[in-house]
Amino acid sequence: MSTTKTLAIAASVATAVASLAGVAAAQENEKCFGVSLAGENDCAAGPGTTCAGSSTVDYQGNAWTLVPAGTCAEIELPAMADGTERMGSLEELDRDLPQS
Amino acid sequence: MTAQYHFAAALLQPDRAVPRGLVNPDGAPATKRFDVYRNNVAVSLSEALETAFPVTRRLVGDEFFRAMAGLFLRAHPPRSPLMMVYGAELPGFIDGFAPAASLPYLSDIARLEQALRDSYHAADAPRFDPGSLSALSPGQLETLHLSAAPATRLVRSAHPILGIWSANSGGAAPMSGPQSVLITRPGFDPAPHLLTEAQADIAAALFAGATLAEAADDDATLTATLGMLFSTGALTQRTTP
Amino acid sequence: MFDTDPSRLPARPGVGYKPRHYADILADPGAVGWLEVHAENYMGDGGRPLAQLRALADHFPISVHGVGLSIGGEGPLDSDHLARLQRLCDWLNPASFSEHLAWSSHGDAFLNDLLPLPYTKGTLTRVADHIDQVQDALGRRMLLENPSSYLAFADSTWSETDFLAELTRRTGCGLLLDVNNVFVSATNLGLSPQAYIDAFPVHAVGEIHLGGHDEDADETGAPLLIDSHGRAVADPVWTLLDRTLARTGPMPILIEWDNDVPDWPVLAAEAARARAALHRIPA
Repeated sequence: MSTTKTLAIAASVATAVASLAGVAAAQENEKCFGVSLAGENDCAAGPGTTCAGSSTVDYQGNAWTLVPAGTCAEIELPAMADGTERMGSLEELDRDLPQS
Repeated sequence: MTAQYHFAAALLQPDRAVPRGLVNPDGAPATKRFDVYRNNVAVSLSEALETAFPVTRRLVGDEFFRAMAGLFLRAHPPRSPLMMVYGAELPGFIDGFAPAASLPYLSDIARLEQALRDSYHAADAPRFDPGSLSALSPGQLETLHLSAAPATRLVRSAHPILGIWSANSGGAAPMSGPQSVLITRPGFDPAPHLLTEAQADIAAALFAGATLAEAADDDATLTATLGMLFSTGALTQRTTP
Repeated sequence: MFDTDPSRLPARPGVGYKPRHYADILADPGAVGWLEVHAENYMGDGGRPLAQLRALADHFPISVHGVGLSIGGEGPLDSDHLARLQRLCDWLNPASFSEHLAWSSHGDAFLNDLLPLPYTKGTLTRVADHIDQVQDALGRRMLLENPSSYLAFADSTWSETDFLAELTRRTGCGLLLDVNNVFVSATNLGLSPQAYIDAFPVHAVGEIHLGGHDEDADETGAPLLIDSHGRAVADPVWTLLDRTLARTGPMPILIEWDNDVPDWPVLAAEAARARAALHRIPA
């Protein structure tokens, strides 16, 4: 390990620690996202005899007709680097993304 | 096969006949009455998934999500009685789910939501005090191992997952490009933080047990990454020099 | 075998705890004198659920009510789950632990519903063994709750009340009498809810449950009540409670409301109604 790198790491740590006073205060004020995260057990029955339990479909056959129809179709995409506005689904955006 | 085997199999397979010996008050074989139990199982598990994956659900809509949940819960019934952990296999299920293939980011959104939930239920741990580092020599610092808090998670994606998640959680519109999300839980509420890819590389290496010297790439990125880990409460107290 | 009373809950109204009511309960509990929680929701490693429960336990006796142990299961009890229950009870020292006369797991799969059992000699032996195992592991007597039923088993040879009485005799467990479940089951199976209460082994009762139900009908048009816990307790169930209390005397009475959970004042009003029922018990 070079002395230069050793000292550089020490300097990075010192800078990171020193920068904390301001950042910590900002974190305290950060808005809570308020997501509901607690999936719960209970001993209640579901509502009646609805078809959720007595019907299902095979998506690999021809029975599946649904397409995603939530906010995926409505999200307004930001301007691209060239300044053009783009609207539409993220499916479109995704073509520009690096593949994982 | 036992009576409960047949009962359980018929619960999850709607086209399977109601097991023999289950009767209405007049002695006739039960039909709709058995559907009450079928419904309880399917609805309660589907609702557990809706609670756990609200943004995934918003993205595809209620009808699509419920239909997908109906298939998932039959392919992956819970292995644990704890509903708080049910659905960990949903992101992988979405990866192989052809009707959702038009939304290639969907499984990573589900991974982000799964990580948020994991974080919510993770163990409490004392927050790391960065001030303690000032007592260490430069030589000790470069071989330092930092410990992620039990509630800290890192989710990396080729897609702008935090942008999409935020836009569906009352936040701003998504940005393009890959995103890495650091989840920390300084109190009881998990919070997502955006990392650059270079910061995420360092954080991932540190969480995997690398020393500062092993994880460091360039000094500015190390400084920024440490600043982020310190300020968000990502680390817990235990360090091994 | 166990000297301790299976329930140290006060003979007052309690409510099923919902996190959204946390601040309201601490600020104005009204008639509520104790709280019940579902054990499985407090088996995470940490975070808000456990912190809230610990804080509530400083102010209220807590009843731990399991919904996932599958005491009526054909297979052995889930030893991991039993160990989790043991840890929770050791940590919290609740005033009561209760579970259901039902099954909910088969093989590796947890079905997340309280599923029915035929009342036969075989079921009796198996359930009694499982209760023994739970009571040994927890070092305390438990309460066992009567289920709500939507259908009957052609091969049942015991009435539910005789079956429960025999279980208490064999294991020393107490009983949790869910009066709404009595009304739901009796209506669904064409039996008399009053006769059920009159036949119930009341000496073993340590707690009473009340909850709301939905009304439906089967394919023949016969009434089919669903134990939905999604509304106020029905009037005939309150009437049945009076008959029950006349036999049991003052009891801890729980209001369960799990679906479409209302604001705190609505739930507190149900608890006040339970307190009124306790006050009108004939001397």
